Amino acid sequence: MSKDMTLAIDRIKCDGRGLCAELLPELIRLDDWGYPILAPGPIPAHLMPLAQRAIEDCPVLALALRRTERTK
Amino acid sequence: MTNSVLWYTTRGAGAVTLILLSSVVVLGILSTMRVQSRRWPRFLTTGLHRNLALMTLVFLALHIVTAVVDPYTNLGWAAALIPFSSSYRTLWLGLGVIAFELLAAIVLTSLVRGLIGHRTWRAIHWLTYAAWPVGVLHGIGTGTDTLSVWMLAITAGCVAAVGVAVFLRLTSGSADPLAGARTTFRVAVDRREAR
Amino acid sequence: MTRLLDAPDALTALPNAGKGLIDAIERSGLVGRGGAWFPVATKWRAVAERSHGQAVVVVNGAEGEPQSKKDRLLMTTRPHLVLDGAFLAARVLRAARIVLYIGERHDVARNAMLRALAQRTEPERRIVTVSAAPSRYVAGAETAAIHLINEGIATPTTAPPYPFERGVGGAPTLVQNVETLAHVALIARTGQAPHTVLVTLAGALKQPGVLEVEKGTTVAEAVRRSGGFTEPPRAVLVGGYFGTWVETQRALDLELDHGSMRRHDLGLGCGVIGVLPTSRSPVRETAGIMRYLAQESSAQCGPCFFGLRALADTCTRIAEGTSKPEDLKRLQRWAAEVRGRGACRHPDGAVIFLSSALDLFASEFANDSAYALRRTA
Repeated sequence: MSKDMTLAIDRIKCDGRGLCAELLPELIRLDDWGYPILAPGPIPAHLMPLAQRAIEDCPVLALALRRTERTK
Repeated sequence: MTNSVLWYTTRGAGAVTLILLSSVVVLGILSTMRVQSRRWPRFLTTGLHRNLALMTLVFLALHIVTAVVDPYTNLGWAAALIPFSSSYRTLWLGLGVIAFELLAAIVLTSLVRGLIGHRTWRAIHWLTYAAWPVGVLHGIGTGTDTLSVWMLAITAGCVAAVGVAVFLRLTSGSADPLAGARTTFRVAVDRREAR
Repeated sequence: MTRLLDAPDALTALPNAGKGLIDAIERSGLVGRGGAWFPVATKWRAVAERSHGQAVVVVNGAEGEPQSKKDRLLMTTRPHLVLDGAFLAARVLRAARIVLYIGERHDVARNAMLRALAQRTEPERRIVTVSAAPSRYVAGAETAAIHLINEGIATPTTAPPYPFERGVGGAPTLVQNVETLAHVALIARTGQAPHTVLVTLAGALKQPGVLEVEKGTTVAEAVRRSGGFTEPPRAVLVGGYFGTWVETQRALDLELDHGSMRRHDLGLGCGVIGVLPTSRSPVRETAGIMRYLAQESSAQCGPCFFGLRALADTCTRIAEGTSKPEDLKRLQRWAAEVRGRGACRHPDGAVIFLSSALDLFASEFANDSAYALRRTA
């Protein structure tokens, strides 16, 4: 049973502060207006601590972990 | 001998708390203004803000504990926790207790931010604008060293720093690029009065 | 075989409906007619599973797509059929509330629905309320409808939580298009699977308007029934503003059936088929629609608001011959970046539309870009 996790962004809460991209540039980059673009796929294990930090540091709590298998 | 150590520690820790708290307030204001440069990323502002806030609590705890256990002051724990319950400088000490309790609420809610949600957290965090001035007044009123040059300088510096930061915040407008457009659209689809 | 627009609109007793109705809907293969074409039975089951008498049914007659007229027509001419479907849904899902969500400017349709409602005698009529949908494009989205009913402001919200989990008043909510509910009513009455679809024909046609077409009807046949073209056509926009530009001959051969279109990587969307004449510039037309879609962003998500605005401004510059050399490349890049980065599907729809324009009208876009270069050279 795969335990892959990805990052999920609440796009309405997100207001382009950009801390996530500073902390996790391997997975997050900013578009031309400062809003995050997530790299697709699960979070590599060695980046999990940084991902956790990005989630905690987001000033508006827009970032969260999500399991990759999600059924509607 | 021991009494003096405790007494000096109380006063010294109090001064350090004032400096740290003022830095924390300034950093908090700077983070809402999304200040950054090539050498100063945004996570540095928020990271420092958080770490210095925790350090502030450490020195505040030291300040309070040394004041209470010092036999010279005759303060019981009640005086430290219940505002205006001490007989020694009732008003000014009381203000200190209030500032401490506000800060405790702010820090505790920040630690469980994920559980209480952003809006609640933010509402309580605004109490900083009450906690800081109350703390400053406490220092001026209770402080044994208030009129000494170094304490005057420290207090003046802290007040100036926070004053400038608040001024910049008030004059800079919203840092959120969507604020105006979002409001315009909301107003256009707001039908609350029709109901 | 009964059709929607000539089904009887007289008041007749509501057929019995239990869980069996969901099975009947599933067997019929009914998919939603609001633009998403989602299997109706799946949606109903999701709400039914979570309902213990508190569910809510939202009858979606917002019709935010400017060129679409089918929902209004249906509500105006067959309000009882729509109410049948709504009442049946409320019974099967054990709903405590039904909300008629009708476009605030659709006066004729709303009055028809209210008149019909006043004639009903079923107990469900007492749980019906009416909410007016603001006339904005995104106001018809499910989460926007729910937010309007809950908070009075028609802005889309982040999902999850999905409507079937938590919607109006926090209860499991079914948001269903009026045409879909009308088909449910026919399934309950006659047992027959839906064999027609409502489409709105628009653009360079002699008699544009709403048609009810049988399964398998081609676009060519629909054009014929709309009186034919007023002038030679350049292309056809299939599916409205979130749809796809298709080359005329290919479009004419398409069947007006969502399943069949999906096999060609297209979609029927809200059912609008728009004909672009050769006399109009496809680049200008695309730019105009992009400007509209950009203005209709609820400005809650940066990528949508700024991305669509940048895309629209760039298309406009290309159309006016004032573009810069890198503009075409930027269109491609921004279109790829904006996708999936909004809370709702508004930016995605806009980008699908634009991508199909860049594809079909590649030479016009290239020429108009080159024109700007020649002018400034």
